[in-house]
Amino acid sequence: MTARFASRIGTHPVLAFLLFFAMFPFLVPYKALATQVLIYGLFAVGFNLLYGYTGLLSFGHAAYFGLGAYGAGIALAKLGVGSVWGGLGLGLGAAATGGALIGFLCLRRRGIYFAMLTLAFAQLLYFVVFHLADLTGGDDGLRGIPQLPARLPFLALSLESSLAFYYFALALVGLAVVGLRRVLDSPFGAVLQAIRENGDRAVACGYDINRVRLLSFVFSAALAGLAGALEALRLTVIPIESLYWTTSGQVVMMTLLGGAGTFFGPFVGAATYLVLEDRLSVLTESWPLVIGTIFMAFVLFLPKGIWGTLTGGIHGR
Amino acid sequence: MVDLSLATLVTQLFTGLVLGMIFVLLAVGLSLIFGLLTVVNFAHGSFYMLGAYFGFFLFGLTGNFWVSLAVAPLMVGSVGLLVERFLVRPLYGRSIDDPLLLTFGLSLVLIEAARLVWGKIGVTFDPPRELGQAVNLGFTLFPAYRLFVIGVTAAVLVALWLFLSRTDLGLIVRAGSRDPLMVQALGIDLGRIRLLVFGIGTLLAGLAGVLAGPMRGVYAEMGVTVVIEAFVVVVVGGMGSLAGAVLAGLMIGEVVGLTTLIAPKLSEIMVFIVMAVVLLVRPSGLLGEAGLLE
Repeated sequence: MTARFASRIGTHPVLAFLLFFAMFPFLVPYKALATQVLIYGLFAVGFNLLYGYTGLLSFGHAAYFGLGAYGAGIALAKLGVGSVWGGLGLGLGAAATGGALIGFLCLRRRGIYFAMLTLAFAQLLYFVVFHLADLTGGDDGLRGIPQLPARLPFLALSLESSLAFYYFALALVGLAVVGLRRVLDSPFGAVLQAIRENGDRAVACGYDINRVRLLSFVFSAALAGLAGALEALRLTVIPIESLYWTTSGQVVMMTLLGGAGTFFGPFVGAATYLVLEDRLSVLTESWPLVIGTIFMAFVLFLPKGIWGTLTGGIHGR
Repeated sequence: MVDLSLATLVTQLFTGLVLGMIFVLLAVGLSLIFGLLTVVNFAHGSFYMLGAYFGFFLFGLTGNFWVSLAVAPLMVGSVGLLVERFLVRPLYGRSIDDPLLLTFGLSLVLIEAARLVWGKIGVTFDPPRELGQAVNLGFTLFPAYRLFVIGVTAAVLVALWLFLSRTDLGLIVRAGSRDPLMVQALGIDLGRIRLLVFGIGTLLAGLAGVLAGPMRGVYAEMGVTVVIEAFVVVVVGGMGSLAGAVLAGLMIGEVVGLTTLIAPKLSEIMVFIVMAVVLLVRPSGLLGEAGLLE
């Protein structure tokens, strides 16, 4: 019953996504949580493109989330860029560039080395940003990002109310999701999944799998960067922790909880994680202990995650 | 300008050596576990942290540092045995990423558990009184405790090398890393060997923790940066190569030690720059074999 419902959603994923998220702010205790789910969901979507669809486990995705956030934040707060679009664009660009550079280096090694290398480069970036305090605010984080209205040809949309910001974020996340759906349905998307299933065979079929992997890495970093840039606009400050390994771990956990390699898994996971965090942190300071335990249980017993289990997992979709 | 007299330089080289020794202890354990179990133990830093806290706890109980030094690593190794048996073992035969994900979750749990038991703020753990003074090395005074750390680590490494190269069990461990199927075909129960190696690896991490506690402070997150640096050491040395881990550990210890002297802000970054250079020039690491376990 649930499985049939879920597979029906699978046939019109983008429409289902938009319908659900149009109502979402009214289903959660407060609007900010809804926006957080959207933003972290997008972050997890980016991570999932690389892990779930291409089979590359990155433990350093905080780097691209952080590059997006700091790129947008520095543009708006320090460089005097006067438009939201400029800030978002620079954040996304910084993340994609960083993804291309780091991806190139990390893809020199495969498998488990790859995970460790992405983690190491993310830590490198963390320390660099930490020490460039004049530009980035260092330990205190970057403050003073102005709340500009989003200007379109005929109107300027104020983003100050949390509901307005939610729908602004939904429009962008929706665009990203549509774009991702098209990429995954394209021949390129098929090659990604072929690489995940059997890299050697993809090589034998004549695909330059290193180039495809790097492209997937850059796309993934760009999506994470857009999420980071949106988070910077939402908070108007960027805590230095957005670049720390804990943020990388968070997105890994969200994606795995929801279901890696599924289209909606990342959003389901982000919602589960954030709602759990929200509820648990009221009850106990040691909430990471509970989330860590739940995560371990998922790795052991439900490796397909919530959405993957409901819909039959990676291979069933 | 920084004072770069010969004495300062040599002192800093010794400091780098001590740091390098801690890296080596962690990296050797990681490398052993990875070689035989193909498990990247993300929780290795948490075992290091547990070693320091267990040492602190035992010191509070007995007032004797030597008891801490002897018993805490054994306690950590026992936790390691339980972790392998009940958490890691079910994942053999699944994706190589799964144990990494599991031990990541475990590290969160252990860090949070340490905060719960010993508090959010770190504790201080003094070196034993016998080793509290500085030793005159002729050109400089150097804390006796740090010399002791160098000695203990060197002794442990020699013992480990003898174990791996001169005993039957060591031979099985080495053979198991190279060709597990063949070893099993010869009628050897690799399950128990894996358990043993995970125990030894975590024991070494625990030892590194007890040794580091009096030098670097004891706090719940102490393992996090260290484990990432130990990963780098393993990558630079060449995965699965113990000699590589020793070489890279000492090298990176010295690089960090010297950078701290010349440009302190760069010291945290240097580790990663060394790694990037090695990756570009020699992707399989200093002493690693290309394509091993990828």
